[in-house]
Amino acid sequence: MTGMKKKKLISNFITYGIVIIAFIIVQIMQSTGNLSSMMTGLLVPLCVYVVLAVSLNLVVGISGELSLGHAGFMCIGAFAGAFFSKCTQNTITVGGLRFFLALLIGAAFAALFGLLIGIPVLRLKGDYLAIVTLAFGEIIKNVINVFYVGVDSHGVHVSMKDQFSLGMEPDGMLILNGPQGITGTPKDASFLAGIILILVTLFVVLNLIDSRDGRAIKSIRDNRIAAESIGINITKYKLMAFTVSAALAGAAGSLYAHNLATLQAKKFDYNLSILALVFVVLGGIGNIRGSVIAAVVLTALPELLRDMAEYRMLIYAIVLIVMMIFNWAPKALEWRERYLGRFFRKSVKEGK
Amino acid sequence: MKKLAKALSFTLAAATVLSTTAFADDTFKIGSIGPVTGPAAAYGSAVMNAAQIAVDEINEAGGVNGALLEFNPQDDTLDAEAAVNAYNKLKDWGMQMLLGTVTSACCIEVESYAVEDNMFLLTPSGSAVDCITAGDNAFRVCFSDPDQGAASARYIGENGLAEKVGVIYDSSDVYSSGIFATFRAEAENQPFEIVEDAVGAFTADSKTDFSVQLQKAKDAGVDLVYLPIYYNEASLIFTQAAAMDFSPLWFGVDGMDGILSVDGFDNSLAEGVMLLTPFSADAEDELTQNFVAKYQDLYGEVPNQFAADAYDGVYAIKAALEASGATADMSASEICDLLKVAMTEISLDGLTGTGMTWDASGEPTKAPKAVVIEDGAYKGM
Repeated sequence: MTGMKKKKLISNFITYGIVIIAFIIVQIMQSTGNLSSMMTGLLVPLCVYVVLAVSLNLVVGISGELSLGHAGFMCIGAFAGAFFSKCTQNTITVGGLRFFLALLIGAAFAALFGLLIGIPVLRLKGDYLAIVTLAFGEIIKNVINVFYVGVDSHGVHVSMKDQFSLGMEPDGMLILNGPQGITGTPKDASFLAGIILILVTLFVVLNLIDSRDGRAIKSIRDNRIAAESIGINITKYKLMAFTVSAALAGAAGSLYAHNLATLQAKKFDYNLSILALVFVVLGGIGNIRGSVIAAVVLTALPELLRDMAEYRMLIYAIVLIVMMIFNWAPKALEWRERYLGRFFRKSVKEGK
Repeated sequence: MKKLAKALSFTLAAATVLSTTAFADDTFKIGSIGPVTGPAAAYGSAVMNAAQIAVDEINEAGGVNGALLEFNPQDDTLDAEAAVNAYNKLKDWGMQMLLGTVTSACCIEVESYAVEDNMFLLTPSGSAVDCITAGDNAFRVCFSDPDQGAASARYIGENGLAEKVGVIYDSSDVYSSGIFATFRAEAENQPFEIVEDAVGAFTADSKTDFSVQLQKAKDAGVDLVYLPIYYNEASLIFTQAAAMDFSPLWFGVDGMDGILSVDGFDNSLAEGVMLLTPFSADAEDELTQNFVAKYQDLYGEVPNQFAADAYDGVYAIKAALEASGATADMSASEICDLLKVAMTEISLDGLTGTGMTWDASGEPTKAPKAVVIEDGAYKGM
């Protein structure tokens, strides 16, 4: 038992280590001027997608529920965070503090909605759950699309028609402009903040998995009836995983929103949910470290393929298919075991 | 552990290799960003194709200030995040001037970075006001949305085309809602009224069925429907309106240009449609005819207004480079400092207007042309 615990601890520290080493490598490259502008621009988005993938893995891998609405929670976090930063732009002038609060607010709002949506949705399972989460993701996006919010000297104005019916004073500031979203969010996000968010996310998720609650969640995944029979509160533990996951996705959204000058709800469509799911599946369902690596590789890949011009999306798709087969097809696994197994085992020994 | 760290650093190392590709100093490097794939691919491709034609023409004629032009188009899939990646990629390539981006939302995003880098930005078709307001480095070729909205309202009012006006617009699109905002503001000074019940909005997710908006306009008894939208949606609107026997006057803006080349669209439905556009492929001047012939030859379709804006954009950059005497070995920032002065001094006879000039705000000055579709072709009004 202690051996297993130790093994787990080592595995967790490897995961943290990868993130920290990646951070150090990037810092060294940046200070020696070896980092291209494109990679510099990609740093924060990479952090966003890593957090998104890890948070989704908590629902898909650990709690065993297929959720296709993860982009919706990211959307809530993004808009809540951006809204807060935009409102307090002139009152809180310390960028770091404002961003920290925006992250918390993004996570809190997403958690709230995760809880509210989770209560009815988690009564379903399997394909039904997938379809309903998909619908909720789209609902969130479309609800944000119809809101127009402005602030002037009389207070906050809200409309669901268009920006002209807000009836604002000329000194007013339009914050949320319906489908055109929020523009001019202060660009507070930084790579350091992203890395810290990744570490916090990993800390929360890995500790949850290894805790008593985490074992309860996994027992529900593995055998619901058996778990229920020993007195585990199914709804409570499912909701716990779902809400924590939503909160982390919300924080990722807030990070995303503070990296771009324009934020539109249409970005958070089901394509993004599927993309997050692809990260999780490719990295290995339930494998947190795999999610981190898959998110980094798959986000960077289409950008690194830019030299292929119009073929890059085609190549991206082919690479995706090949990687999927290599990782999951039974025959491919068998082949890997036979030919690469020796090699891997050897390198593991060397590593020790 | 070693292996994984290696895998991670490999991704990063691969990027460094790409960034250090050597480049010669004897060409002007013009980058461009637009949607070459995805839902707006038609616009992005038109810009890239036409810009390539212009660059090739200039190079054949000996280049600019003794140096050739090099053109590098990048795809943004209509996504602001991808547009920023593309911009950074172009910077690594050594871009000195940016022709783009093609669409408004991406342009606002990219401009927020271009300002920091002091990179010269000339957007062929980003028409939202905010595209070029972040700094003095940005200019545009097309009309801004307010210009078009106000010009349309004045045109309708002054010519007494209608008393009751309905509008169908895309509320998720900066272009469409921007034009509508100024149209509405100017309409208050004009002798017609916008019927509130006949104002229909749609979004990028719901642009296939317009029967609700059309029915509302029909019930309100409007004489004219204003369509500040792109031609793809307009073609659906005309088809659906014909099916419900609703035939008001239609009035479009420059996004309507291209309506006659939609596949499977019955061009007789567009008969009598009025639009404001700076470019028509049927114009008889030599410049337009040469361009249209060349474009059709190379890409097999009639160029639209996006293509014309891009073509003029490249020639505007050429004229400004000549006026400023910039040389190809200058940095992007040095060229930008020269070009933002030179842009206000040049006058360009292009496809989208003669005697085009720019002021320091980056807005072009050219006259909008109103045309009407008659017998399947544009006619000046």
